Amino acid sequence: MSKSIMVEHHVGLFVTCLVDLTRPSIGFATLKLLEQTGCRVSVPERQTCCGQPTYNAGDRKNTVDIAKQVIETFEDFDYVVVPSGSCGGMVSLHYTALFKDGDHWKTRADKLAKKTFELITFLSDIIGSNMIKGEYNRTVTYHDSCSGLRELGIKAQPRNLLEMIDGLKFIEGAEAEVCCGFGGLFCVKYPDISEKILDQKVDDILKTNADMVLGGDLGCLMNIAGRLNRRGFDKEVRHIAEVLANMTQTPGIGAPEKVME
Amino acid sequence: MSMSLDTFKENARIAMADQALQVELGRLSEGFPIRRQKAVDRMPEFEQLCNQARDIKNHVLANLDLYLENYEARVKEHGGQVHWCRDAETARDQILKICKATDAKTVTKSKSMIGEEISINGFLEDHGIKPIETDLGEYIIQLRGETPSHILAPAIHVSKEQVEADFRRVHTDLPVDRDLEDPEALLQEARGQLRGKFLQADVGLTGANMLVAETGSNVLVTNEGNADLTYALPRVHIVIASIEKIVPTLEDASTILRVLARSATGQDISTYTTFCTGPKRLGDPDGPEEYHVILLDNGRTKLLGSEFEEILRCIRCSACLNHCPVYKAIGGHAYGSVYPGPMGAVLTPGLFGMEDASDLPNASTLCGKCESVCPMRIPLPNLLRSWRTRYFELKPARSFGQYTLSVWAWLAKKPKLYHTISGLFMAILGSLGRKNGRLRWLPFASGWTLKRDFPTPMGDTFIQQYHGGARGDASGQWLREIKNE
Repeated sequence: MSKSIMVEHHVGLFVTCLVDLTRPSIGFATLKLLEQTGCRVSVPERQTCCGQPTYNAGDRKNTVDIAKQVIETFEDFDYVVVPSGSCGGMVSLHYTALFKDGDHWKTRADKLAKKTFELITFLSDIIGSNMIKGEYNRTVTYHDSCSGLRELGIKAQPRNLLEMIDGLKFIEGAEAEVCCGFGGLFCVKYPDISEKILDQKVDDILKTNADMVLGGDLGCLMNIAGRLNRRGFDKEVRHIAEVLANMTQTPGIGAPEKVME
Repeated sequence: MSMSLDTFKENARIAMADQALQVELGRLSEGFPIRRQKAVDRMPEFEQLCNQARDIKNHVLANLDLYLENYEARVKEHGGQVHWCRDAETARDQILKICKATDAKTVTKSKSMIGEEISINGFLEDHGIKPIETDLGEYIIQLRGETPSHILAPAIHVSKEQVEADFRRVHTDLPVDRDLEDPEALLQEARGQLRGKFLQADVGLTGANMLVAETGSNVLVTNEGNADLTYALPRVHIVIASIEKIVPTLEDASTILRVLARSATGQDISTYTTFCTGPKRLGDPDGPEEYHVILLDNGRTKLLGSEFEEILRCIRCSACLNHCPVYKAIGGHAYGSVYPGPMGAVLTPGLFGMEDASDLPNASTLCGKCESVCPMRIPLPNLLRSWRTRYFELKPARSFGQYTLSVWAWLAKKPKLYHTISGLFMAILGSLGRKNGRLRWLPFASGWTLKRDFPTPMGDTFIQQYHGGARGDASGQWLREIKNE
């Protein structure tokens, strides 16, 4: 095992606001995955939000302020890992556009961008993790979240990692790459349009007949789980980190608490 | 159907409730995107060609004045005329002037989005001149008194059955027993009707897919050949084109043609590709006696040098519409603009003003599919976001949503307070819904709970738990195991 080499990496874990607030289990799963690879992981208490909601709403001033806070909080780590494609993309692709050339913040944003990775890409492309193991006798399908897929090129990585789990059967959805209709504030601003797009996503998921839906972005997963629930389906929805870390004891997203026997 | 910009949400609601429209929109996913993908797969150098096409247009936009003047000089050398028109009104007046000078009664017209942009049909009709659309799709919507719902396939929202009914209503000479079941039969019927009109027309009005500076030519791309009959038969040919349609050379035009048809319809090249260069020359067997080019600005020079300049690379292939989940949900009319879909949402506030258009850049999930299929590499999501910034700066924090967001941003900048308050909120939400795992209704988030349940937060936040010493869930003994190894 390459633990001794990897122990040098000091990783700052940016769990994202959605994971922090609504589903800490993804944070703990991420922590476990990172520590398994031998990274030293720190979780700065100063972290809040990456600024994506204000950025996409056109509120530049607040976005810049939040970005500066994230840069200050995370710039001293060797790597920053984010269990979300859209938040990861925000830091690694969009921060730089917030500052003018020559501004020291731009230099710092660029530096942070280079060492910030979405969790799955970090595990596959940077660490080359072969530490994923376990047995999980379930059939799963995967939703490729838009930012992860199209901004960061995350497509094969999650599938390759899932392949390392014994017993897990992967079923590809015909429209795995199509948007789920979440779009951040879009889904509350245009609920009708969002619903229409989301229903097609849900139909495609149902067609796969998989036991569970996995993805790498909690926003999309809450959207999908929420609609599955509303339509009366109890399909299990989880962040991929929970499965890779073998931490699936908690109820799925939107699922009722398990009754202790 | 004519919908306005400021009623976007209502337009969208109506469109999504329109079953017939939804059937036609459903077909869109099975058509253009699949054919495009096949065409791209057949051509290994496609992505490279797109880069070249992008570079050509960037070069043009950086030297637009130079190429436009070169182009004008070539057109004049060939005996044509170029009319520089700052806005739609000037363009319409100029077209009318040319029509009047030749005492035109009817004008045949091939498909032109600039024609739609300046609303030329209604204007000509008001002045006693009859415009006749010769593209099948345009012909259909002209019969129906509608506007195009798609920049490439204007009648994409109309079913075959509706077209048959429209033909039977308008073509009064049509025998009742004539079989019009087949799309091919519909096409033949329209062609039969149009044939005589091509011959009678005094003026032929065409658009231009490109203008070539090197030769002074305009390029026409069609699959029906109607543009050729439109420009070649009447005495006068008027080309209406916007200034950014210019390309330096024929070589450049061919590069763009190669990505245009593939991105649009998935063809390697369109059935008819015509280069028109000036009026009929001495010894030419046919062609127009007069050749006019209406060169339209209509707000485009305002976009040059702005953060929106890249939209001027657009070649109107419609790939962004065909792949857009929002367009496919609501269709083109709901946008209330000549230009719908992602490219339209960027172009509309830029050309026609920001007023009433704020929904257009906002009604996007920013999924990025449009950018990924754009052959001109236009960063559409970034441009949409730039419009959101413009709108935000116009009136910050007026709506409830914006107010909520500014509270969120304020809190996000105060980590300690953020963790205290959010911890409290999550504890409450968690205790309310943990048993069921979901909440069916949430105050202040009804936009969410209107359509979907809200997965209940687990309770304590990650930061609270982690800094309280927790590592892993109840059964997660992993940390100790690793540490003991």
